Amino acid sequence: MRATLFVTCLVDQLFPQVGEATVSVLRRLGVEVEFPRAQTCCGQVAFSDGFWPEAQRLARRLLPTFADVPDIVVPSGSCAAMLREFYPTLFRNQPWLAEQTRRLVERTYELSEFLVDVIGRDDVGAYFPHTVTYHASCHGLRGLRLREQPLRLLRQVRGLQLRPLEGLEECCGFGGMFAVKFSSLSASMLETKLRAIEATGAEVVTGTDVSCLMHIAGGLSRRRSPIRAMHLAELLAAQ
Amino acid sequence: MKERIDFARNAEAALRNPFLQSALRTAMVRFRSLRDAVVEEVPEWQVLREYAYATKMHVLANLDRYLTRLEANVAAAGGVVHWVRSGDEAASTIVDLARRHKAQTIVKSKSMTTEEIELNRFLHAAGVQVAETDLGEYLIQLAGERPAHFVVPAVHKSKGSIAALLSEKLGIPRFDDAAQLTRAVRGELRQRFFAADMGVSGVNFAIADTGTIVIVENEGNARLTTTLPRVHVALMGIEKVIPRLADLAVFLTLLPRSATGQRMTGYVSFITGPRRAGEVDGPEEFHLIIMDNGRSSIHADRAMRECLACIRCGACLNSCPVFERTGGHAYGSVYSGPIGAVLTPLYRGLDVGRDLPFASSLCGACEEVCPVKIGLPRLLLELRSRIVRRRGASWMDRLFVRGWVATMMNPTRLRAAGRVVRILHHLALRQRVPLPYPFSEWSKARDLPPPAGPPFRDRWRS
Repeated sequence: MRATLFVTCLVDQLFPQVGEATVSVLRRLGVEVEFPRAQTCCGQVAFSDGFWPEAQRLARRLLPTFADVPDIVVPSGSCAAMLREFYPTLFRNQPWLAEQTRRLVERTYELSEFLVDVIGRDDVGAYFPHTVTYHASCHGLRGLRLREQPLRLLRQVRGLQLRPLEGLEECCGFGGMFAVKFSSLSASMLETKLRAIEATGAEVVTGTDVSCLMHIAGGLSRRRSPIRAMHLAELLAAQ
Repeated sequence: MKERIDFARNAEAALRNPFLQSALRTAMVRFRSLRDAVVEEVPEWQVLREYAYATKMHVLANLDRYLTRLEANVAAAGGVVHWVRSGDEAASTIVDLARRHKAQTIVKSKSMTTEEIELNRFLHAAGVQVAETDLGEYLIQLAGERPAHFVVPAVHKSKGSIAALLSEKLGIPRFDDAAQLTRAVRGELRQRFFAADMGVSGVNFAIADTGTIVIVENEGNARLTTTLPRVHVALMGIEKVIPRLADLAVFLTLLPRSATGQRMTGYVSFITGPRRAGEVDGPEEFHLIIMDNGRSSIHADRAMRECLACIRCGACLNSCPVFERTGGHAYGSVYSGPIGAVLTPLYRGLDVGRDLPFASSLCGACEEVCPVKIGLPRLLLELRSRIVRRRGASWMDRLFVRGWVATMMNPTRLRAAGRVVRILHHLALRQRVPLPYPFSEWSKARDLPPPAGPPFRDRWRS
């Protein structure tokens, strides 16, 4: 079994350990991982902020980078949703790219989705003896319908005690440039999320997106909270 | 030049109002849980949503046909149809009807469309007294405000402030009991109903096949508004028509459950023309005003057309974490929440409403609950792209995004930029220097992530 890693720009530059964890989980399950070095960013930052021609430039760069490669695994529901949900919108006036886009869409998976739905493994042989709560990031949850996959993986991690999060499906308030343009609103949404996380008494909050986790971690750190935010891949890689 | 709706500033004001915050949160959480409970009971919910979306889109694709059929059937039932292009034209049609019938007082049932055209302002100017008869709308009218929510217009008002308002305006004691307050309003409104010469209502659905208008409500005030006065005038947007009575089975399953978490509302009125010979109830005249007011240009806009499928249930407001913190007034328009953030820029101009489509984390909760499956996040994104294309983005925003894209276009450039950013990141963490946009906004409520070390691309070993 082979897979191509689209590590995403944020993981590459700010959370490289999440990329390493993703590779280590995949390799442990016997997946041969490829990493096209030409990859950078999917363009979501520009796309969501209304800069579609700019987003297109990055998307048109990504298409050939990931043409004719095995299944693409992304440790981010948001970036995977960008490729699957929004590339067809972005290229609606470039019908000559439709075929290439369709092939990309068909082969792109978020990490937990790839593990559970494609290779059919809930148990990845992880050991993580901590109390953990899981936050469902919006784009994975609603864009890719990742409801069960991350939870199924977490339930199989030895030593891990899963604590349910109230308002599991409520947005943490990140939303890309939304967190910057409407900082107070975003902070208020974050506050609600942080209170719910703290109420679980968990040591670690996890999720499928480093962007939301960076937002949550930034809030936890500001509150001097001892709770750590870790990507799902990091928990699954722990042994 | 028309003034831009400053959503960020309005939101700040709302966030500083602790009463508003707790009232909204309580109401929204309650509406969400009521809705979820009754939606779960309907096993074919998703099928109904698909059907409703398909029906609405089919009607929109054949709007001329269905509207003329509606007109013919309303006329056949003895009603009069008025076509109006604008809100002003709709209002003056109603004013003319009031004059022709020498109507001194008008009662009104709850209608977003009459709010949209600010009908009460026109009626006042013409010297006609008008009373809102929905409890929430009545309170809003007394207070001289505008609705803060589609379904619960007075959601932002506490019992105490309502008691004070009623005491001041009606000269009644400051009751502490909601039932007593309601009874006082009921007594007041009864007199208005008996005195009214004309009733004005909105329309939830208009059935093309039968010429019937359908009004959904809980208080019975719409039933009284449409049956007691001599003349009934109903105002609808062109998008409110549906083909058959049978389609209503679907829409009446979707609407109350989505709006208030009810299986059915207290009253559903089916009105086909005025009172007929031999009937004891109903008005002598029935007028249906079919209004465009900007809808046909949205209709012609293929990428945005589906927002006309909206049935004004308010579920997208109730599910929206932004609306939950701002309430409806922040949107600067009668249409608030996610659907308002789509409609207002389209109705009032991309310049006036240019902040609204950006005021969303695009969490998608709205689309998930929308009973007619409107792809709200996609519509917001579409509007964002149009606003940026028309140079609606700030220079800081342009600089940041263009800089980002230029960096990401080339892995060598990314590697170099990454190195610079890591050094600055270290400095920022150690020195606590003031950060540039957008990190300045970020760091108001969140710390920066810890330093990362070499990027993944440098760690990769195949």
